[in-house]
Amino acid sequence: MSEELIPPKSVTLPRLNEPAPEFEAVTTHGTVRLSDYRDSWLILFSHPADFTPVCTTEFIAFAEIYPELQKRGVELLGLSVDSVYSHIAWVRNIEEKTGVKIPFPVIADLNKDVATLYGMIQPGASKTEAVRAVFVIDPKGILRAMIYYPLTAGRNMQEILRLVDSLQTSDKYQVATPANWKPGDKVIVPAPNTTETAEQRVKAGYECVDWYLCKKTLE
Amino acid sequence: MACINPDGTLTPTATLVLKTAHRPITVEEIAQSAGLPLYQVRMSLRELVASGLLKEENETYFITEKGKKLLH
Repeated sequence: MSEELIPPKSVTLPRLNEPAPEFEAVTTHGTVRLSDYRDSWLILFSHPADFTPVCTTEFIAFAEIYPELQKRGVELLGLSVDSVYSHIAWVRNIEEKTGVKIPFPVIADLNKDVATLYGMIQPGASKTEAVRAVFVIDPKGILRAMIYYPLTAGRNMQEILRLVDSLQTSDKYQVATPANWKPGDKVIVPAPNTTETAEQRVKAGYECVDWYLCKKTLE
Repeated sequence: MACINPDGTLTPTATLVLKTAHRPITVEEIAQSAGLPLYQVRMSLRELVASGLLKEENETYFITEKGKKLLH
């Protein structure tokens, strides 16, 4: 008797500056679609498992930066492959034990549909749990940045905030940001891409190392 | 469903959304009036329309008779 083989799900990795893959998922706040987040920035992030120590510190940390994210027009959406009942029990436990309320919805991705779509399952790290992934999606639904961290390393919330500030500054002022940039620091003027504009650049009065590396202060 | 409790009563979020829809209203106006984020309004509207408590027409929403009865 032949067995019917279930083909494995296609593993995909989302790509920067392309539409973030659409999904519909059960969350602790009800059923959500990615398109529900249009017109807002969104940080979609995954954690390996509920009721685990590093993940708990991260949830508390995400909750603590949530007000700062809201000031920037950013929403948070968590995900793990645990059930919605596990999520509910865990966030209630976090609030009971630490006093921290988790204000954002958490996807219960039991079938690993969203995790697979976003490349959150990395078999070398874990065949069953998501790694610590972060996806920054803009108000038009375009994926603008992504971070993948291992199971053992909790993420840095100040870096996530800095990344959002950088993207929003780039969008507003059409500039780039240099290494270790933080709001208030000089920004990078986009490099000229013709010999004519390169010649003009060195005379334009910016703070330049050379024609391709110039900074300015934002007004 | 997130908007309707197992006993058929409305959740606080659903109540808030329905109360704003006494006249045809857009998603953005509901979000501003109810003080809710856009994603939560869109989630709620989907369920409330599916439940027959709200009607959608030309991207505006208004409460149905069924919605009014449940609200009161």
